[in-house]
Amino acid sequence: MSTQVTEQEQAEAEEESTHQRRRLAEKAERQEVRDRMRERAETDLERADTVFDLKVFRYDPDIPEKEDPRFDTFPVPFTKGMTVLDALMYARDHYDSSLTFRHSCRQAVCGSDALFVNGTQHLGCKTQVVDLGDSEGVPGQIRVEPLPHQEVVKDLVVDMEHFYDQMDAVEPYFDADELPSGELEEQRQTRENREKIKMSARCIWCGACMSSCNIAAGDNEYLGPAAINKAYKFAMDDREGENRKQERLEIIEQEHGVWRCQTQFSCTEVCPKDIPLTEHIQELKREAVKNNLKFW
Amino acid sequence: MYEHDVIVVGAGGAGLRAAIAAHEEGADVALVSKLHPVRSHTGAAEGGINAALRDGDDWTDHAYDTMKGSDYLGDAPAIETLCETSPEEVIQLEHWGMPFSREDDGRVSQRPFGGLSFPRTTYAGAETGHHLLHTMYEQVVKRGIKVYDEFYVMDLAVTDEADPEDRSCHGCVAYDIKNGEIVGFEASDGVILATGGDGQAFDHTTNAVANTGDGPAMAYRAGVPVEDMEFVQFHPTTLPSTGVLISEGVRGEGGILYNAEGERFMFEYGYANNAGELASRDVVSRAELTEVNEGRGVDDEYVYLDMRHLGDERILDRLENILHLAEDFEGVDGLVEPMPVKPGQHYHMGGIETNEHGETCVSGLYAAGECACVSVHGSNRLGGNALPELIVFGARAGYHAAGRDYGEALIETGPSAAIEQEDDLGAPVEPGALGPTDDDVAADGGEKAADGGQLTGTTETVHAAVERQRQRVERLKERDGRNHAEIRQKLQKAMTRWVNVFREEEGLKKALEVIKECREEYQDVAVSDPSGTYNTDLIHTIETRNLIDTAETIALGALARDEFRGAHWRAEHQERKDDEWLKHTMVQWNEGTPELYYTDVILEGAEKTYEPKVRSY
Ligand SMILES: Cc1cc2nc3c(=O)[nH]c(=O)nc-3n(C[C@H](O)[C@H](O)[C@H](O)COP(=O)(O)OP(=O)(O)OC[C@H]3O[C@@H](n4cnc5c(N)ncnc54)[C@H](O)[C@@H]3O)c2cc1C
Ligand code: SF4
Ligand code: FES
Repeated sequence: MSTQVTEQEQAEAEEESTHQRRRLAEKAERQEVRDRMRERAETDLERADTVFDLKVFRYDPDIPEKEDPRFDTFPVPFTKGMTVLDALMYARDHYDSSLTFRHSCRQAVCGSDALFVNGTQHLGCKTQVVDLGDSEGVPGQIRVEPLPHQEVVKDLVVDMEHFYDQMDAVEPYFDADELPSGELEEQRQTRENREKIKMSARCIWCGACMSSCNIAAGDNEYLGPAAINKAYKFAMDDREGENRKQERLEIIEQEHGVWRCQTQFSCTEVCPKDIPLTEHIQELKREAVKNNLKFW
Repeated sequence: MYEHDVIVVGAGGAGLRAAIAAHEEGADVALVSKLHPVRSHTGAAEGGINAALRDGDDWTDHAYDTMKGSDYLGDAPAIETLCETSPEEVIQLEHWGMPFSREDDGRVSQRPFGGLSFPRTTYAGAETGHHLLHTMYEQVVKRGIKVYDEFYVMDLAVTDEADPEDRSCHGCVAYDIKNGEIVGFEASDGVILATGGDGQAFDHTTNAVANTGDGPAMAYRAGVPVEDMEFVQFHPTTLPSTGVLISEGVRGEGGILYNAEGERFMFEYGYANNAGELASRDVVSRAELTEVNEGRGVDDEYVYLDMRHLGDERILDRLENILHLAEDFEGVDGLVEPMPVKPGQHYHMGGIETNEHGETCVSGLYAAGECACVSVHGSNRLGGNALPELIVFGARAGYHAAGRDYGEALIETGPSAAIEQEDDLGAPVEPGALGPTDDDVAADGGEKAADGGQLTGTTETVHAAVERQRQRVERLKERDGRNHAEIRQKLQKAMTRWVNVFREEEGLKKALEVIKECREEYQDVAVSDPSGTYNTDLIHTIETRNLIDTAETIALGALARDEFRGAHWRAEHQERKDDEWLKHTMVQWNEGTPELYYTDVILEGAEKTYEPKVRSY
């Protein structure tokens, strides 16, 4: 292939991409759809008894106008029972369909909408708008930002890869030393043992704890509360057997494991499933000591 | 282009189980899912999972209960497979470490559930689905199965022979949500659809926002019939503002339903003089809506469920979870005030037609879980029977796709199984296609070119599918037009108003007219966010198209079936008509125009033949 063709192709490609960028920029500015959407919202606003301001962090690396982070404010009509997630959906469906956030179950089990609301980690779907208000109930303003200490992908969406990697690092799967011989025979487990791991098994991987943790923010390799809690779930399960437990303790007491935790309790405070994370970490520290393993 | 032996679309309970099975059978398998696996809706299931595990119980009793619960619209070979295999699958989950609730002797706990002749519902607290989902995902991680998460599957790569039974599936096309790339997935052994429910066709549902019927819509447009779509289950106690489920446990403990006038309407108006609040789901749902329709609802929308008289102690002991739900999602303190509730869409019995091996009539295309209809639930699903379906049929689809030989299937699939054709339905509008000039039906390019015989190769089929989706996305992003949310809302409202718990001929016809309007309006739909990064506007727009297609099949099937069976109630037809209607409704996509035909229900099992009886409990 001659260089000339390549150059020409390259020039064409560049032109194409400038052209495309311009087209996209124009589109981003076009108001028609937005106006239509806003019109729909206006009737709602007129009818509503109470309207509050939803202030949302915005950022999109792909659109030149949106590369610089900013806040947008959307007036939202308040309805009884409204959650922060409802308010975000309202803003998206009535003002700007490019407003981006993760959500799915609307009932605090999928863990996808952990957000930084008025300065604290919350699940959007589990947080009532009235609970953020003054004594009158409905707040004047709600500020929604992506989870801190995580890279922002776009608007309220953060990159969860690091969180998933830390989860993976504790070998997060059940691994019994031996199984009952009969195919239809279950492993026996006492009620007490099940109770012991019950809370740790509630984690929905929302990432709120990790985002609230100062140590995790400063030490990228720290396993973090969610992953350690995951390890707790298996290490404390009597069905796995002693050998496996030993291996699990070795994982969590490595340099960036349990000993990094400074018992600040921020993870426990924000966990939407009320998992006693700090307690679990402390208990694993004690187990590690009992096992006479090394201190870092 | 990514290449694997088996591609599983969707990573809820059904998808994860399918992937593990295919992997065990030696296949190189990948999971492609629009949500990270642990975000799948299976995590929301509360009650439990049915399996005949104990002495005194037998899988044949489970099969009998299921057939009866289905109102004799389930297929015996599927039901027998479900009930016979469920115990080993449930024990398998236990061996994988699932934290089931325990008895004193250390064995897994079981409890009674509606419609079951034995307490065979195995559970893990009130979070059975959460534990099931996480346990299976852990096994996927353990096996190192490749997961493409946040990849939205837009279409299937299916050849275009004229007869769907001659077509084959070679992969799918996905949109990489993080960077906007459109990529082909080639599958040498098969594609398994496990995309879950389509509750978002209704404006009030217990289902997740991601449950948009993508799988059924894609399979349907690729030529696979959808089966028994009119059978939608509604749950009587959901919170009005979100649709969050308030478990039947509240009524079980003695909770009372009131209307706005403070009347205990279940008795006062004679809806269920014996069972009262404890009548079956469909009866209570109908009663609540009648109250609202006759002006005795609260705020013209809901009724009250009151548990205050049970006393704080009892509530905190047995219904603590409900207090949290009412507080978190409705801002109501159940200890001091009654909870508002209304019926909501909950589960779809219908779906992609498959046989008991998970196969569809298009070779290489499988389906399992709530998106599929192997027909174990017939016209009504028993509580606790969806979760075993996921693992039993998810596993079978996975094994079969990876090469395990199950022998000849007893359930026939595809149009050649038809027993009769519905020629004149008396629909008020021509459903589907919008006219001779527009063979695109909804004009967003999400369409299969079924000209016949041009696409027969493997890679070529995937490439062509990728190209079509590329053009589709470009078109949606470039043009200006309507926002999908308006159309989606209109569709959802119409479905809830007319294709809900109550169904009347006139209403069903109105629904079809509105669906047609939605199709027309959708022709002008545009994505206003031009971004290539995490473009949810684009995804929701495509999902809305899928909802239009599935909603239409629901409304059509409901209009055609002029009888009252299971969850399907018709004002003008108040009896079950066994002579005429012991058959499955099939809807087939014929170049955009839905065609209705019927197949026989199989009441003959390996063990016995199930004779239809009156359903009373
Ligand atoms: C509130 C609630 C309570 C329930 N309780 C019970 C119970 O107690 N017992 C019981 O037996 N049943 C129960 N059910 C029913 C049961 O939970 C569901 O039927 C079942 O979980 C569905 O599982 P699934 O694997 O088919 O789909 P899902 O778990 O919904 O998974 C679907 C998957 O498909 C993916 N997906 C969808 N579309 C695409 C696409 N286009 N591209 C890529 N990926 C896609 C999603 O990301 C997801 O991973 C309950 C249901 C609800 C809603
Ligand atoms: S431990 Fe709690 S806060 Fe952390 S990820 Fe799990 S549910 Fe979220
Ligand atoms: S939307 Fe699922 S946790 Fe909030």
